[in-house]
Amino acid sequence: MNLTSLQEKFPSEILQVNSKEEDFSIVIRKDRCHEILKFLREEPEFHFEMMVDLCGVDYLPMGERPRFEVVYHLYSLTHNHRLRVRVKVPEEDLKVPTVTDLWKAADWFEREAWEMFGFEFTGHPNLKHLLLYNGFEGHPLRKDYPIGKRQKIPTPEETL
Amino acid sequence: MNSSKKMALNIGPSHPATHGALRFLVELDGETITKAATEIGYLHRAFEKHSEHSTWSQVIPYTDRLNYCSSMMNNVGYCMAVEKLLEIEIPERAKYIRVIVSELSRIMDHLICIGAAAVDLGALSNFWYFFNVREKIYDFTEKICGARLTTNYTRVGGVMRDLSPDFSEGIRKVLKDLDRAIRDVTNLLERNRIFMDRTQGVGIVGKEEAINLGFTGPCLRATGVPYDIRKAQPYYHYDEFDFEIPVGTVGDTYDRLMLRIEEMRQSTRIVRQALDRLPEGEVMVDDPRVALPPKDKVYGSIEGLMNHFMLLIDGIKPPKGEVYSATEAANGELGFYIISDGGPRPYRVRCRPPCFPFAAAFNRLVEGGMIADAVAVLGSLNIIVGELDR
Repeated sequence: MNLTSLQEKFPSEILQVNSKEEDFSIVIRKDRCHEILKFLREEPEFHFEMMVDLCGVDYLPMGERPRFEVVYHLYSLTHNHRLRVRVKVPEEDLKVPTVTDLWKAADWFEREAWEMFGFEFTGHPNLKHLLLYNGFEGHPLRKDYPIGKRQKIPTPEETL
Repeated sequence: MNSSKKMALNIGPSHPATHGALRFLVELDGETITKAATEIGYLHRAFEKHSEHSTWSQVIPYTDRLNYCSSMMNNVGYCMAVEKLLEIEIPERAKYIRVIVSELSRIMDHLICIGAAAVDLGALSNFWYFFNVREKIYDFTEKICGARLTTNYTRVGGVMRDLSPDFSEGIRKVLKDLDRAIRDVTNLLERNRIFMDRTQGVGIVGKEEAINLGFTGPCLRATGVPYDIRKAQPYYHYDEFDFEIPVGTVGDTYDRLMLRIEEMRQSTRIVRQALDRLPEGEVMVDDPRVALPPKDKVYGSIEGLMNHFMLLIDGIKPPKGEVYSATEAANGELGFYIISDGGPRPYRVRCRPPCFPFAAAFNRLVEGGMIADAVAVLGSLNIIVGELDR
């Protein structure tokens, strides 16, 4: 896979390109990430028709800035290649445009990333709790959320 | 009386047809589902968070609990990702053993899926035919790792121990029984009028839609897309085995179940070839970074003793970096995205469960259908809540 056409089209957006041993990944700025993902999906050269995975990463203890990343794993059935797109997300502005309009698979993955890390996927049709219960406070996969923290679990009487 | 009055019906989280703690809310107009919603999370046990607080080896037992119907495949998937990060090449014998246990796990997973789906439709005998064989495979699982479900068999750098001496012969015998069971069940189901009426044309997903929804594995192949990681990005000599990737045509419940039967046949082919070619040698890589030294070195030399203690107390320390490794599990693509900061604990372990997109798409598949069809569709998707909720 040759990523030069992508770099030429978005020269200021792409911060880093790695292609170690066929494990391709790019690190991009957040501002035009939807546009880049759309380009990757629709451009015949890349044609990533499948979004395999979407997850968040918190880089707080590593001291990296911006603190968060939303990571997309894309796969192209046509060309049989994979690409990892890492979008840098600062703590102050957690808004990330949704990709549910490009891949329907993103729906639940984004809900999970929202509750685990607190990203606000703007334009998401149904951004609410998926694995955790309503009323859960905080975002448990953030590095500053203590592993032993306990929260009150609502009893059935409270939910009714 | 208002004839078009809608009724809400709750199925689960504790219901025999959901095969696990999974909950559905459906809105019914008569017997037709007009709207459906899925609620998950009842089995969420923070696999990813706990992994960040365990050593690299301590994560392996957690992976057993992901897809508990084929736990060895999860072991293989995770260890393969860590080995990729460490750039370790495991011994040939370990590779073949991993292929054998993976394919046996795939068979066991499909046996449960088809057997249980048929039970949901009222056909009980298939279940017994399949569970007889499954039990025999589990006997061998027990022999090689001491457990049936929570296998914890692989290690970073190889496998826990070698196959039992009677393994090869015994498994060949079991595969013969399996062939008979597959034949029996195929005869009972394939042209069975009731089974066909209940499953054909039910819960159809088109090719384009399945790709867009992120389907992988048998559910994607049932729509006619021949995507299998074992062929597309082969690992562990899968490119050297002679086997085929069965595909469906319509993408309905019938296709999804029948495809799994054919996949079991192909898996038996792989297991037989792997047993024929199984090379002699070590099952664990000889690398002090990951492998415990032999006991005579631990008791006989200070280097061995130190290495042993450092590995147990400090653990494995992969270099700083990140890796995504995907294997073809029984339900589809099982991906592990692993980040290491160079320390003894994973910085981040992300598991991409193959069931997740199926559960997300469940409401699309059942809306407009009958309430009884929802159970049929659910059985064919084979949603395993352990890996869905993690």
